[in-house]
Amino acid sequence: MNYDKIEQAARRRDRVRRTITYLLLTLWALIVLFPFYWMLLTSVKSYSAYNGEYVPSFFTLSPTLQNYVDAFTTVNLARYFTNTIVFTLATTALMMVVIIFAAYAFARLDFPGKNLVFALFLSLMMIPSELVIITNFVTITNWGMRNTFWGLILPSVTSVFYIYLLKENFEQIPEELYKAAKVDGTSDLKYLFKVMLPISQPTVVTIVILKVIECWNSYVWPRLITDDEAYFLVSNGIQEIRENGFGRENIPAMMAAVVVISVPLIILFLVFHKKIMAGVSRGGTKG
Amino acid sequence: MMKKNWKAWLYLLPAIAFLGVFMVYPLVDVFVYSFEEGYNSASQTFWGTGLYNYSYVLHDPYFLQAVKNTFILVIITVPVSTGLALLISVGLNSIKPLRELYQTVFFLPYVTNTLAVGLVFMILFKKTAYSDGMINLLINFFGGQSVDFIEGPYWAKMLVMCIYTVWVVMPFKILILTSALASVPQSYYNAAKIDGTSKWRTFTRITLPMISPMIFYLVITGFIGAFKAYSDEVAIFGTNLNAAGMNTIVGYVYDMLYGDSGGYPSYASAAALILFAIVLTITVINLMISRKNVQY
Repeated sequence: MNYDKIEQAARRRDRVRRTITYLLLTLWALIVLFPFYWMLLTSVKSYSAYNGEYVPSFFTLSPTLQNYVDAFTTVNLARYFTNTIVFTLATTALMMVVIIFAAYAFARLDFPGKNLVFALFLSLMMIPSELVIITNFVTITNWGMRNTFWGLILPSVTSVFYIYLLKENFEQIPEELYKAAKVDGTSDLKYLFKVMLPISQPTVVTIVILKVIECWNSYVWPRLITDDEAYFLVSNGIQEIRENGFGRENIPAMMAAVVVISVPLIILFLVFHKKIMAGVSRGGTKG
Repeated sequence: MMKKNWKAWLYLLPAIAFLGVFMVYPLVDVFVYSFEEGYNSASQTFWGTGLYNYSYVLHDPYFLQAVKNTFILVIITVPVSTGLALLISVGLNSIKPLRELYQTVFFLPYVTNTLAVGLVFMILFKKTAYSDGMINLLINFFGGQSVDFIEGPYWAKMLVMCIYTVWVVMPFKILILTSALASVPQSYYNAAKIDGTSKWRTFTRITLPMISPMIFYLVITGFIGAFKAYSDEVAIFGTNLNAAGMNTIVGYVYDMLYGDSGGYPSYASAAALILFAIVLTITVINLMISRKNVQY
């Protein structure tokens, strides 16, 4: 037996396998990144250059920022943008208050019926939003809250899943800490804000980021609740731009708007990608 | 002690109030709506109770088209995306250099606005008077004929819808599968190596059984997610999905509720409950299959 030859063959097989693996992964990476490249590229091509290309070119030698100017002047992109920021910040802030208090009650306090109430909460996780959105639409309409920020915000300021996540985290804080704080005469509320929240900071940050992403991308509810352009969020803005905006042909300007809308989340992702991925793999689902 | 009880409920009050108004009450209400016949949202009156709404929805050609579209979408995208994600995750798991970079890139679609990227997909696939579009050029390059994927034949539109859906759902699946693969103890692989087990056998006898719970989790959530497809379709075909013949069940629900054909919460409720029944049935079947096949 020639062991050298066998070893060599094995090594060659390994190398081939590794090359194929890298090729496959790179191919998928290209498929993922290509749409982003294309939107960026198209957004800096001039209108006439874009429409003059029968065969779209993969780069441009004369980039222009005119489309970005158009995106902000022809349509109300700045308005959609501020609306989304207000909506995202307000929803996330309100939700954090609601879920922190609820998680605190479940994790720290004892009261009769706690387990029953918690089980009821958990069972609500199984309810698809499509079932409840119909009545919510009617409720908000009856309250006269269509085309208001309250109408946009109120239905999404609680999340059973995040209450559950935070409660699990709170429960890992040792009992002794609470007793020590009690001996020192710390009030419950102070203990929550000075001890529990700082200790649970990683989870809190993860929840905030996931909620911000969800808010930034929300489309269905805002579409139902707003038909006044003054309250459009970016997703609705995109649809509006597509259907009535620059005229169907001005695709470069459309792409400039798409870039502007996508950039904040991409930056957020690049900064926090470890946290986001860890948070999602702990039990987030899409939507 | 009594004071403390009172305080706990106070902490829970906001959550209970919001959940009550926007989750529990609507859940009851949706059943009520679905049985109220001829409900008029302007005058808030109806003329009877019964199953008429269900029968109307089930005989509506738009609804049947939506059901057909949704089922095709589910049947194609769930196996394709799960299989592809498994392949990519195994690849990711077998390399060391650049692994994190690839992982980060692969996750990118998860955080992006699907409406925005959908527009890019539309442009890539669209055939206009000026240009056949990127994808058609690629098809021409390989000797094929140009197709209008956005306003052309049904199968072409369905294909774009499936491709975009897979693109959107992949990040989550890759993430879950890579962490599942990483948690398989190395000692099992070492033992297999000592026995001289082939790579394929190691994969089917060790890796797959070990991660089967996660695969089933992905299949179940994948089914649920795909049945609720809606905004990805809007991103590619625009808000008037019925005109494009590309509506989904959820899209039908929203169209009944609002928009040009809207104002019928009863029909919307009936359709939503039919969807819920379908999803529930499929999930139960999935769970039964997984109980039989998952090793852990």
